[in-house]
Amino acid sequence: MSTTRSTPAPYEPSGLALTLETVAAWLLAVIWILPLAYAVWTAFHPAAYSANFVLTAPLTLENFAKAWEAAPFARYFLNTAILVTLILCCQFVLCTLAAYAFARYDFPGSGVAFALVLAQLMIMPDILIVENYKTMARLGVLDTIPAIALPHIASAFGIFLLRQTFKTVPKELDDAARVEGASAIQVLLKVYVPLARPIYLAYGLVSVSYHWNNFLWPLIVTNSVEARPLTVGLQVFSSGDQGIDWSIICAATLMTSAPLLVGFLLFQRQFVQSFMRAGIR
Amino acid sequence: MRRSTATIHGWLLLLPAMVFLVAFTHWPAVATLVDSLYGTPRPRRPAAFVGLDNYAQVVNDPIFWQALVNNLWFAVGTIPVSIALALLMAVWVNDRLPGRTLVRMAYFTPTVLPMIAVANIWLFFYTPQYGLLAQLLSPFGLSAQNWLGSRETALACVTAVAVWKEAGFFMIFYLAALQQIAPSLGEAAALEGASRWQFFRRVQFPLLMPTTLFVLINAVINAFRTVDHIVVMTRGGPDNATALLLFRIYELGFVFWDTSLAAALTVLLLVALGLLAFLQYGVLEKRVHYR
Repeated sequence: MSTTRSTPAPYEPSGLALTLETVAAWLLAVIWILPLAYAVWTAFHPAAYSANFVLTAPLTLENFAKAWEAAPFARYFLNTAILVTLILCCQFVLCTLAAYAFARYDFPGSGVAFALVLAQLMIMPDILIVENYKTMARLGVLDTIPAIALPHIASAFGIFLLRQTFKTVPKELDDAARVEGASAIQVLLKVYVPLARPIYLAYGLVSVSYHWNNFLWPLIVTNSVEARPLTVGLQVFSSGDQGIDWSIICAATLMTSAPLLVGFLLFQRQFVQSFMRAGIR
Repeated sequence: MRRSTATIHGWLLLLPAMVFLVAFTHWPAVATLVDSLYGTPRPRRPAAFVGLDNYAQVVNDPIFWQALVNNLWFAVGTIPVSIALALLMAVWVNDRLPGRTLVRMAYFTPTVLPMIAVANIWLFFYTPQYGLLAQLLSPFGLSAQNWLGSRETALACVTAVAVWKEAGFFMIFYLAALQQIAPSLGEAAALEGASRWQFFRRVQFPLLMPTTLFVLINAVINAFRTVDHIVVMTRGGPDNATALLLFRIYELGFVFWDTSLAAALTVLLLVALGLLAFLQYGVLEKRVHYR
């Protein structure tokens, strides 16, 4: 992203202005990272130091061990992994097919169909919780992982994003492949999908982090350890009545966020760029 | 390709996605409207048509008005503040500050954390006596303040969490847009002798308007669907001081199991969101683009 310039741009701050801006930017950064730093401190120290900041406090991993034993987090991790994989795979297939239809086929009703797709950006599944719960009850899938996934697997956002990308693929490539005798699906898989790979990565990251973090709908449709994702498991664990101490809750909190957090720290640039690509329409 | 073949292929490609969209978005939206006109079915008593009774009940419920007012304050608190902070962060991170990669990381980190997890952390942050906030403020004699437990401060506290969570996310879009502004514009403005503020106000800010519209739409939607932290931090309390509309729908539907009232409230929320979308796309879009 950063361009190498020999001379600084005219409005780059320098001298006192740069110092002031740096101090302000760092101050805000410290405030922004403070809650996380606080959780890290509490999780890695014995309970006695959870609100007592002495640099000599002993470090410990005991809080993580206790949290891991106190609730079936291994199962929750597995559930969340299955959930995000299931959603992502279905989204890729469904959104790719639909986006291809919108980008390259001219057929009666496509305008209306596209408007119906876009309607989901406003009428979000997040809000239709009452009716979707009834649907899941009728389908007999309450308290299962597919029940969490079903409302999200046809994503208007994904269809829109891929349609925009497919539209930028030169029509000549498409025609050339068809002259060679490729079928519509072959053209899609051999020409369009490879060219859109960065968008798939971007959309994948956004989708995984959204569904890894999603809470309200899974809270409503799940009721057992076998179906609960991490977020709901964490809530059940930390709102228990037995008065679990804060250091253990902080450890559990860090544990549930760790995969995304570590992934983010390792692939920071890709993450940031993915969010950017997914957002620019 | 013949037109009829194109039609068949097009619809076949669309079919799987459409089935799921209709089943879990369009049909539930219509069913919500229908259900809102019927009473809640109870064992041995099927739902009866009640017309607009549910709406009358919702409108006569003081908690609905409280949730609406809370949600408006929540929107007023989160939307402008998070957008302004995002813009400020983007402008800062766009400059060549020492350690700007770290600063950008700090701003963006809340975005990748689950809301439910950060709500737990903030809960402890706000705890009276022991919490970090209480410790920081103890020199001012405010350590006993129960931030989440008193009506006056609870809503502001949950609003702050939402701003903290989403500002870094919006920053990314501004950053991308800032980096696409041609450097020649800055050079031209400098030749004309414009101050940095004038350059920002007259050149950068207008060019960022499409981004602002996009971010604004997202911020508005978020203001009406962000309730995870309410469930963790306050459960709508104290005394409904932090009840937001979607939280109230959840409460009516899945705590009190009055699904008809929840349906009526859902319809009202959808209508409100639809109107807002119409306003944003229809009115603002025309003034945003320089073409």
